[in-house]
Amino acid sequence: MTTHAFSPRDDARARLAEDRLYRFHGGLRLRHNKKVSCELPVASVPLPERLFVPLLQHAGPEARATVEPGQAVLRGESIGCFRHLGAGCLHAPTSGTVEAIVDHPASRASGRDGACIVLRPDGRDEWRPREPLVDWAAADPAELRRRIAGSGIVGLGGAVFPTGYKVDQASARGIHTVILNGSECEPWISCDEMLMREEPDAIVLGARILQRAVGAEQTLIAIEDQMGAVSEALQGAVDRSGADDIRVVKVTTIYPEGGEKQLIQVLTGLEVPSGGRPTDLGLLCQNVATATAVAQAVTEDKPLIERIVTVTGPGIARPRNLLARIGTPIADLVAFAGGYTPQAARLVLGGPMMGYPLASDANPVIKAANCILVLGAADLRAPQAELPCIRCGECARVCPAVLLPQELNRVIRASQWDEAAAFGLHDCIECGCCDLACPSHIPLVEWFRYGKSELRERAIERGRAEHARARFESRRARLERIQRERKQRMAEKKRALRDAQERKAKVAAAVARAREKQERKP
Amino acid sequence: MVTAVVSLMILGGLFGLGLGWAARRFRVESDPVVDRIDAILPQTQCGQCNYPGCRPYAEAIASGEAPINQCPPGGQDGIRALADLLGVEELPLNPENGAAAAPTVAVIDEAVCIGCTLCIQACPVDAIVGATKQMHTVIEDECTGCDLCLPPCPVDCIEMVERPGHAWRRPRPDRAPYGAAGPEPLASGGAAR
Repeated sequence: MTTHAFSPRDDARARLAEDRLYRFHGGLRLRHNKKVSCELPVASVPLPERLFVPLLQHAGPEARATVEPGQAVLRGESIGCFRHLGAGCLHAPTSGTVEAIVDHPASRASGRDGACIVLRPDGRDEWRPREPLVDWAAADPAELRRRIAGSGIVGLGGAVFPTGYKVDQASARGIHTVILNGSECEPWISCDEMLMREEPDAIVLGARILQRAVGAEQTLIAIEDQMGAVSEALQGAVDRSGADDIRVVKVTTIYPEGGEKQLIQVLTGLEVPSGGRPTDLGLLCQNVATATAVAQAVTEDKPLIERIVTVTGPGIARPRNLLARIGTPIADLVAFAGGYTPQAARLVLGGPMMGYPLASDANPVIKAANCILVLGAADLRAPQAELPCIRCGECARVCPAVLLPQELNRVIRASQWDEAAAFGLHDCIECGCCDLACPSHIPLVEWFRYGKSELRERAIERGRAEHARARFESRRARLERIQRERKQRMAEKKRALRDAQERKAKVAAAVARAREKQERKP
Repeated sequence: MVTAVVSLMILGGLFGLGLGWAARRFRVESDPVVDRIDAILPQTQCGQCNYPGCRPYAEAIASGEAPINQCPPGGQDGIRALADLLGVEELPLNPENGAAAAPTVAVIDEAVCIGCTLCIQACPVDAIVGATKQMHTVIEDECTGCDLCLPPCPVDCIEMVERPGHAWRRPRPDRAPYGAAGPEPLASGGAAR
């Protein structure tokens, strides 16, 4: 009889081998609107007059600029690094001069300005010395991970989590399968689809490098079933590469099946545990564009300084995908795509479900910018008065994270933060399905984002308080110890003094006795 | 009659012993109430509550000696949490203890500092470094913004500034209030920050 070890990761591996698809809870079938931007090939946007590279482009605290105004930089040179980790995270998109580091619109969800490095291109686009690693297949996996971490790669699907860190964690925990996420589920966005059509070999190369870097056994590339030619292109690239451990899987198109946790559920039928990571199931999930960036970082020593951006929507004259340097003002991309149409009414960074509006096209392209969507007035939801929740449960029916949005909404409005955490607010992926389903037009996701940020602030405050308490207690203990020691020293001194006096008295007594004897003799 | 009384007494005694043993064997370690109150207090150690630190105030609340509304840094949120924990009515913050304000940190004007070490001795969390006749400085990450270093400074070279990095918080999305009920009252402590 054989024995089975039923750990979640073995379970996931066994289920992946079955080669069947599962369903996740809820979700919505949306109109794709992707075709319009897929007709023209990807083109490079010319270098703008000035590049604005925001210091905050990844999850976590702002980067620290390592250049000064007036400094000349070469293309690909490191210009910023993570505050706490040593690795470089921002690189000069082209060669030129750093003009200043100023507050400028920085494509933030808050709409506030952020510190940006202003780079004036010199037009030569001259590379820094590069050390390509052509023979990556023989390289030490640690060296591959070091190159990934030093190239400023972040998750290009939208979460902008530093890939170097993710890969290090994955390699430490042990991974059996790398999943490349090509199921770009949000309407309008087509940058991953175009990348898979035009650069399938780079994606497969990235997959193989990632697989080696984390020591995985196989790679799955997940794409949507309605992507047409993409599947053949990728399969062709896999065949050309000669790798027999890479599989292309078509998943059903239901928004948001491209979410990391949803995709894993579709492929394995297993849920990533609440508060857990895909590594708990022995999986590493990366976007296809991230894989391309990994391939370029390793084999060409090219850091992440550009990305494909979909410029689309009824407000754009010639919707298409563009390869743009990080820091290029959005206005330049729009101009390259034929400019605005008369309908243009709102500029959105990201897709219609999860994107956020921008106040101006002076905002630059950032690493997270997968799509620039310009909507017409007719596409916007009419500003309708919010009505009371009628507890119809539609939101819970469509929630892919199996949460209860109506309950979350109630407890967040009442500032009941412990309850909000207990209802799983942290597991909300902000996909917007509940918003769309709500017949009372309640801006649920807005509330959840607010609630999440409050929970985060509270956790930080709690951490600070715990730290302060520990320092206060240790100071109190130290002061008490010092006092005790002082008392002890005083007591010792007193005892010593008394002993000395006693000794003196004894000597004096002995002398006195001797003298008495002497006096009595004669 | 006697049999009944005796047997009931024996049964009672046995059950008593059983319960006593179970109480010892399966004892649940619950946090003493002082620890739970202390966990809610913000640990600024500022003494605005008229007690020499958060722990003493927690002890005073637990013993019923002090009301729950004497902690300005905790704000109304903190008072609400204490009221929930203790099952008492939520009170407004006592203005005599001060007003809720944005978190601050102390900054020493290093050109003016004479190195007297008085602030170092006053700091409840050892957030100031320096030595006699040497410049002092505040470790920003450790400072709780308690203001206790201000009074002893003989040259008034310490200033309280807003704690950096906490300038923006996502606002409450109360853009259109429910029906005609008007806007909900904002959580004053949180919203004030």
